Amino acid sequence: MAGPEANVTAGPDSDGRAPMQGGINLAEVVKESAIAAGIAGLLSLPLLGLHAANVGAQLLLRTRWELFFAAVAVVFVGRFVLALFRDRRKRPSHGPSAFDRTLHVIHERMLVIGIVALVAAVILPFTEWGGDRYIIYTATTFLIYVMLGWGLNIVVGLAGLLDLGYVAFYAVGAYCYALIATHFGWSFWVVLPLSGLFAAFFGVILGFPVLRLRGDYLAIVTLGFGEIVRVILINWYDVTNGPDGIIGIPRITFFGIEFRRGEGTFADLFGLDFSALHVMVFLYFVILVLAVITNLFTQRMRKLPTGRAWEALREDEIACRSLGINPTNVKLSAFALGAMFGGFAGSFFSVRAGFISPESFTFIESAIILAIVVLGGMGSQLGVVIAAAFVVVMPEVFRQFEQYRMLMFGGAMVLIMVWRPRGLLAFRSPTILMHPKDGKKTIVLKKEGA
Amino acid sequence: MLMRDLSRPLETDIPADALLEVQHLTMRFGGLVAIDDLSFTARKNEITAIIGPNGAGKTTVFNCLTGFYKPTVGRLTLNHPDKGPFLLERMEGFRIAQKADVARTFQNIRLFSRMSVLENLIVAQHNRLMKASAFSLAGLLFMKRYAKAEKEAVELAKYWLDKVGLYERADWDAGNLPYGDQRRLEICRAMCIQPALLCLDEPAAGLNPRESLELNDLLMSIRDDEGIGVLLIEHDMSVVMQISDHIVVLDYGRKIADGDPLAVRTDPAVIKAYLGEDEDEAIPEDIVQDLGLSTRTGGTKQGDGGNA
Repeated sequence: MAGPEANVTAGPDSDGRAPMQGGINLAEVVKESAIAAGIAGLLSLPLLGLHAANVGAQLLLRTRWELFFAAVAVVFVGRFVLALFRDRRKRPSHGPSAFDRTLHVIHERMLVIGIVALVAAVILPFTEWGGDRYIIYTATTFLIYVMLGWGLNIVVGLAGLLDLGYVAFYAVGAYCYALIATHFGWSFWVVLPLSGLFAAFFGVILGFPVLRLRGDYLAIVTLGFGEIVRVILINWYDVTNGPDGIIGIPRITFFGIEFRRGEGTFADLFGLDFSALHVMVFLYFVILVLAVITNLFTQRMRKLPTGRAWEALREDEIACRSLGINPTNVKLSAFALGAMFGGFAGSFFSVRAGFISPESFTFIESAIILAIVVLGGMGSQLGVVIAAAFVVVMPEVFRQFEQYRMLMFGGAMVLIMVWRPRGLLAFRSPTILMHPKDGKKTIVLKKEGA
Repeated sequence: MLMRDLSRPLETDIPADALLEVQHLTMRFGGLVAIDDLSFTARKNEITAIIGPNGAGKTTVFNCLTGFYKPTVGRLTLNHPDKGPFLLERMEGFRIAQKADVARTFQNIRLFSRMSVLENLIVAQHNRLMKASAFSLAGLLFMKRYAKAEKEAVELAKYWLDKVGLYERADWDAGNLPYGDQRRLEICRAMCIQPALLCLDEPAAGLNPRESLELNDLLMSIRDDEGIGVLLIEHDMSVVMQISDHIVVLDYGRKIADGDPLAVRTDPAVIKAYLGEDEDEAIPEDIVQDLGLSTRTGGTKQGDGGNA
């Protein structure tokens, strides 16, 4: 990529500074901090040091030296630490950091971790936490986002098409079940595949006008598409009941057997005491299965011509055309399949909630799903799970901080992006190996980003 | 199917041995004439080089041939040895590679850099694998026919990787390969679509003399063993003069010479285009040698390698 000059060492003084390989030039750092503290002193003397106070009718000038000195001290220490940190970063690093290595190990043991996580997810409702409605509910929400993340991952992570309107397909799936179930009384199990197909159809509708667009322009159009769907849901009162939403959506059944009290119900047939928890646990397992299907489908797709073409399209569209790959088909298939999983998740959302309104499908939802994919590391399946845990569970953990919780959540997100600009698990394993035995050894462990 | 019918020529007035027949190709960008009434023929089992000073319109010819540009005027006929003739100027970009089997490489390498070397070569066989897997459905259902097709694809990839000595690095990310290997991989990738015509845009740019010699061997082996036509844009005269069977010289979008290497390098118009107008002045001996203009074979000398 880089010309041969790049191999000629970029000297330590390439940015004009003196090399600082041995230790830190303490005098220099102290001098720099002192200058910064001096400027802070000049500024904070009138701002903090002096204070006009009303005492009776008189205006008196008071001094607040403790504040003044605190400000100067903070700037001095802050500058000092910053300078130390900066110089330390300048030194050549000795291979990847411990954090990078940990993430790499996580990536290499992906299969084992995945199986352990799946087993943990399956036994969760049977542990003592399983009796806690709040935990089951949060875990179900988490799995919805995992599934949405995996679905959007097809479009954004694999095909490289930045989609800011993914929530539109989620809405299409949700309204598809809600409308069909309330009007025709069809079962969830019949409507589920239908809503997926319907969402895929919408994916193709979105796909056609954006075939020639890439990057920022594509993002704007998909953003508009998401809003169009929401605005239609609000304004098409006759069909969608507008902002009032749809109430009384039929609940899920155990393949036809209802979760109620009385004869012929789930509790009766299985000889259990009726508990409202049964339906929650069942919903939990439904979304778990749906999410696992999404994952296995994507994993398999990556090894098939269509999936490889998605990744090739992400890397270089012009090269794809020169190899006789039809970019139209590749993009439309990515949009359609990504949308399909959004539709499945949407119809699950509406059967769980029993009530939907356009408010559930605002842009912030699209943004959260996209954040899950980007934070996790584009294209990484496990990364999506970790990021979804972060995005769904963090606000719950921070609930006690009340109004500061979104601030903390945002701050944590910024930190991750500073740390790992390409997402937590920005590693990619080849979909096929020529030398499967020593494949692991030849993977060069190299620092991402920067 | 409509596209396919339109892309067949109505009359076949093409010479029997011509693989590619370019007739009156003109490409205008607004008022700028990039190619002006260019006609030439490329034959099967031959390496045809297109040379010319910078900005002469060489890459534009390639972009017209491979569907990235629609020519303003002209007919581009590809006489496919198995599938019959195609009119390339009427075909949509990607179909030229898909149906007419015209492969190309790029002046600035365009590999799928975050995919592995092997994956790059498998992606090149996309259309064959799509057909074998019934648009990926057979693969989704773990049917044997896809596994078999993929195995064949890997075999073809292995054949080409062995040929250029990249077999050991098949699982590397393409973007991590050294520059020369990336150039060779791009040629392998183009060969994996099993083309009838291979178009190479400055394959020797940035290669060192040894790599450049290896490239000569590779290109000659492609010509002799695979039985296809090669169309080559190149600045490196040691490559052009040594391996070309036929050279077309462009200057300001016009063809100024056309013939075998010996005829082209003694052509006064070519010398004028490369060395300037003033013919009274004697050309310095070292420049003559660098360009391979002397009557001896200039092949052992290295050219200046274009924009290395």
